[in-house]
Amino acid sequence: MTPLLQVKDVSKNFGGFMALDGVSVDIAQGERFGLIGPNGSGKTTLINCVSGVLANDSGSIRFDGREISGLPAYQRTRRGIARSFQIPRPFASMSVLENLLVPLEYAGTGKLDEAHEILKQMGLADKAATQSNRLSQVELRKLELARAMAARPRLLISDEAMAGLSSNEISEVLEILFKLNAAGITIVMIEHIMQAVMKFSQRVICLDAGRIICEGTPAAIVAHPEVQRAYLGA
Amino acid sequence: MKRFLIGALAVLALAASMPLIFHNEYFFFAGYVVLQFIVLATAWNILGGYAGYVNFGSGAFFAVGAYTAVALYKAFALPLGLQILAGAAASGLLGFGVGMLTLRLRGIFFSIATIAVAIVLETVVLNWHYVGGAKGLPIMRPVETPFFASHTVWLFFVMAALAVLAVGAARYIETSWIGRGLRAIRDNEVAAECSGVPTLKLKLGAATLSGALMGAAGAPYAQYLSFIEPASTFSLNYAVNALAMPIIGGMGHWIGPVIGAVLLGSVQQIVTVTISSEINVLVVGVMLVVFVVAAPEGILGLFRKLFPSRKS
Repeated sequence: MTPLLQVKDVSKNFGGFMALDGVSVDIAQGERFGLIGPNGSGKTTLINCVSGVLANDSGSIRFDGREISGLPAYQRTRRGIARSFQIPRPFASMSVLENLLVPLEYAGTGKLDEAHEILKQMGLADKAATQSNRLSQVELRKLELARAMAARPRLLISDEAMAGLSSNEISEVLEILFKLNAAGITIVMIEHIMQAVMKFSQRVICLDAGRIICEGTPAAIVAHPEVQRAYLGA
Repeated sequence: MKRFLIGALAVLALAASMPLIFHNEYFFFAGYVVLQFIVLATAWNILGGYAGYVNFGSGAFFAVGAYTAVALYKAFALPLGLQILAGAAASGLLGFGVGMLTLRLRGIFFSIATIAVAIVLETVVLNWHYVGGAKGLPIMRPVETPFFASHTVWLFFVMAALAVLAVGAARYIETSWIGRGLRAIRDNEVAAECSGVPTLKLKLGAATLSGALMGAAGAPYAQYLSFIEPASTFSLNYAVNALAMPIIGGMGHWIGPVIGAVLLGSVQQIVTVTISSEINVLVVGVMLVVFVVAAPEGILGLFRKLFPSRKS
């Protein structure tokens, strides 16, 4: 079976700074995939290239067997790649429900019931009418995921959805991600919180200075000397 | 929708029956200006209010409409309806062109380009002798206007129709998926794009429509004054009013620019007649500062604060 997402030799340069240097990774349909690495290692740049926020300088990105690296972000979303943002970017002038209507109308099914269903799933049902700039930090993180889900993605990229949350809140978000995965959605998780990545991922890669330094199961990754040196600070 | 249609027809009927109430021609002369500002403010708000892309060159879009109409009138003696269509098409194209060049980038570039376009186009027209250049061109009004008491009354009615059309278009956009997409762009463009919103297409569409409506508002201008010259047609006054009126009225709702235009437009007319035409510019400036500081969401925002249960 062809992998859902195939990233091959992708590089990205910011005026002489190599943010990504020939990164290649395949992600299978239905996989729970972890992406770790120190700050500035290129994690967010990689998913920006995958989601279309940035254009990769070289290499190829294929989704569902088709090249997508030339497509604008909105078309990638419509093909099934949705993401949340590290720093929540709610549509602040809109209610929580309206926030979901945007992807629902532009990339999803357009059915209002579905928005309510997603809000229930995310535990935001009672906040549907709340203005999104009045949400708490954890609610904003959930809104990020809920809005991504409203586009009906096949691949969900969660960019540090748990940063700054308490351990209870982390388990809450983890549980949501597990549920979505059980429903058939492939999930890429970028996270600094190791216990969450360890618990969630079936496979992990560690980036450092724009290169993949290690790939494997969570246990293998943690034990890897390169990862310990670059990231875990051993 | 039905209620809005009935309202629109009522406004048009009211406009048509005005000659029965007012016999002083000046009422229509002043009313035309207020209606013209409703069109300009509403057009500005489609891009500036909904999508957050500020146009500082509304005067240029207005003037392109006016001069397109004049050039075609002089060359082919086109009737007013076709002049308006041509003026709208030309300004719409201008909006699309400026948008193509600058809306690929986020932020301030579009706004800067609109200022530049206004200056460049005014210079072009100053040197375009066919339409009178710097010294201007008198326009003969048609001698007879069937069904209407005078040509001014007829133009008043035409502008009322354009205002209804503009407000109708703005209202349709605002309440549809297009409006939600534009608001998403204003709130956070990257997130909008990642939510499946084709941001460039929507922005270009809004810039084109906004420009076209401004051009339509400008097309009858030469007939209204029986004269056209660049300085007043490209006047900064239009640019300032087109953005001040939605800001003062409230940008989030289609009625906001209408409230702003009626209020500011009337006050300016009254001040021009009773005090002086210089003071009316001051009025806009002072009101703009007061509203930006004290009520950034405009009159509509104030209204919502006072009556929080009412959804307007």
